[in-house]
Amino acid sequence: MAGVFMRIGDWVSERAPGLGPMYRKHMTEYYAPKNFNLWYYFGSLALLVLVNQIVTGIFLTMNYNDSAAGAFASVEYIMRDVQWGWLIRYMHSTGASLFFVVVFLHMFRGLLYGSYQKPRELVWLLGMLIFLVLMAEAFMGYVLPWGNMSFWGAKVIISLFGTIPVIGGSLDEWIMGDYLPADATLNRFFALHVIALPIVLLLLVVLHLAALHEVGSNNPDGVDIKHGPKGNRWDALKPADGIPFHPYYTVKDLAGVGFFLLIAAFIIFFAPTFGGWFLEHDNFIPANNLVTPAQIKPVWYFTPFYAIVRMIPSMFGTAVWGVLAMFGAIAVLFLLPWLDGGKVRSFRYRGTGFKVALILFVLSFFGLAMIGTDLTDEIFPKVFGEHIDITLWDNVFGRVMTAIYFGYFVFLWAYTHLGWEKTKPVPERVTTHD
Amino acid sequence: MANEVVDHGRRRFLTATTAVVGGVGVVAVAVPFIKSWEPSDRAKAAGAPVTADISKVESGQMVSYPWRGLPVFVVNRTKEQLSQLPGLAPRLVDPDSSVSSQQPDYIKSPDRSIKPEWLVVVGICTHLGCVPEFMPMIGPEPFDPNWKGGFFCPCHKSRYDLSGRVFAGVPAPKNLQVPPYHFVDDTHIQIGVDPKEGG
Repeated sequence: MAGVFMRIGDWVSERAPGLGPMYRKHMTEYYAPKNFNLWYYFGSLALLVLVNQIVTGIFLTMNYNDSAAGAFASVEYIMRDVQWGWLIRYMHSTGASLFFVVVFLHMFRGLLYGSYQKPRELVWLLGMLIFLVLMAEAFMGYVLPWGNMSFWGAKVIISLFGTIPVIGGSLDEWIMGDYLPADATLNRFFALHVIALPIVLLLLVVLHLAALHEVGSNNPDGVDIKHGPKGNRWDALKPADGIPFHPYYTVKDLAGVGFFLLIAAFIIFFAPTFGGWFLEHDNFIPANNLVTPAQIKPVWYFTPFYAIVRMIPSMFGTAVWGVLAMFGAIAVLFLLPWLDGGKVRSFRYRGTGFKVALILFVLSFFGLAMIGTDLTDEIFPKVFGEHIDITLWDNVFGRVMTAIYFGYFVFLWAYTHLGWEKTKPVPERVTTHD
Repeated sequence: MANEVVDHGRRRFLTATTAVVGGVGVVAVAVPFIKSWEPSDRAKAAGAPVTADISKVESGQMVSYPWRGLPVFVVNRTKEQLSQLPGLAPRLVDPDSSVSSQQPDYIKSPDRSIKPEWLVVVGICTHLGCVPEFMPMIGPEPFDPNWKGGFFCPCHKSRYDLSGRVFAGVPAPKNLQVPPYHFVDDTHIQIGVDPKEGG
């Protein structure tokens, strides 16, 4: 039997001699730093969720009807009548939220250990493009069940483009293919969600990994293992502090996968709506263009960015400023490798100013999320009394949070480019070498 | 042939012209695909005028009629409500309805109507397109202690008075839009047609 496999292997490598070296380059001979910690699970977990979304998504398309008249009913059909349809849909909807959980943590890891800094700028840029496409993908997927929140969420998000002066109105109609989100909108969003954006996403993931494997992974110490001593157990010329990705990190990642699936399964089976956070209550009502839900808010993962729209008032007769600020909040992340002129990568050895700024930045992200989810409307009256002007407090709090969010980038530039940062000495090698 | 000298200028010229002509072709082919996203003829046809019977709308009441898939609010305003309108001017962004895109030219402030008691506005918030709520009562509200009646958008808390004029300091930039409409007779209005054309 073994002989048969051997012969097939030989037959293939004779005709495609590049396959073996490619596998070795990216798996068994890709030497990753040996000091990866908990934060390094989220890349492989994002890949796992991507596979989950594609597989469950394919099965959902088999029973979903992408018409305004039939979409809502077809989703209910999947939930009630299709054998195990509820499980497949909950895997897909829970996967969407968990995708953002792991991607946010993955991105935070980049901020924490300076993984975006030279020479990994391209890895960061490709990752940011993945994030951007992922947001478009998630938004369009959210519209497909054609619940009332789908409809109004679509209307509000598409209206963001309508605030652009002069061309805004016709741009809106162009995106929707109608004067309001309708059949045409749903059809095109379905096409983009199931084929166009996933193809782009997969391509970007391949490029993200290819770019990473060119420069090599960063690590919690932020030291370059390529510049450290050479020679490890497998190869005398490779970094001493590197270990082969396969089997060492594949096995480590499997432990992460096990723990992650435990959490995911718990949500899927016991709390698939997650109390209205993963699947919003108003989306269990069919779309109705004449009735707005009491509170229109996007799903939790968009709320920090979305809150910024609310915090910027209209000026000079246009509402475009809030929208510009929101897109700016994402665009500024693209520039991070150039805004941060720090000579040291890892949080462990950076100046106190950086540490405080990063903590404040994360807090501002949560603060904006609280505004975006309207949590502040419940919390403020309890803390400051029933008679306060909630709108005023929301605006004050939200504007402070918005200022801190953008302030992080301004501070980071000044802190590093004007030479204010006092760093600690960086070790020669990763701290856990033997 | 073999001895012929390569003419690089000619080669560059041919490459450039081929690229330009090919580029024009790509742009031309893109047009139908981009155009296919515009509202279809069926969607455009669905935007026909709507006639509404307003005889049963009591004083102080609001009824919403769909026009082009948009909710059009028809409000029968009371004398007391109308008397509040002129005094609100200092708190508004555009008290005199000077932004011409937001109403036909036969609509004037402060009542923004053809017949003062009848307000007809598109019930779509000018911020991001939500449907504002009709809150006609005069008295303090959680979002405004000096509320004189009007519309409140639940999405981002934009506020409008009972003429659909937007308050200053809220996300919405413009007054609610007044659609073209006219009175067919005392109890019917037609939405989507100006008075002249409707005759």
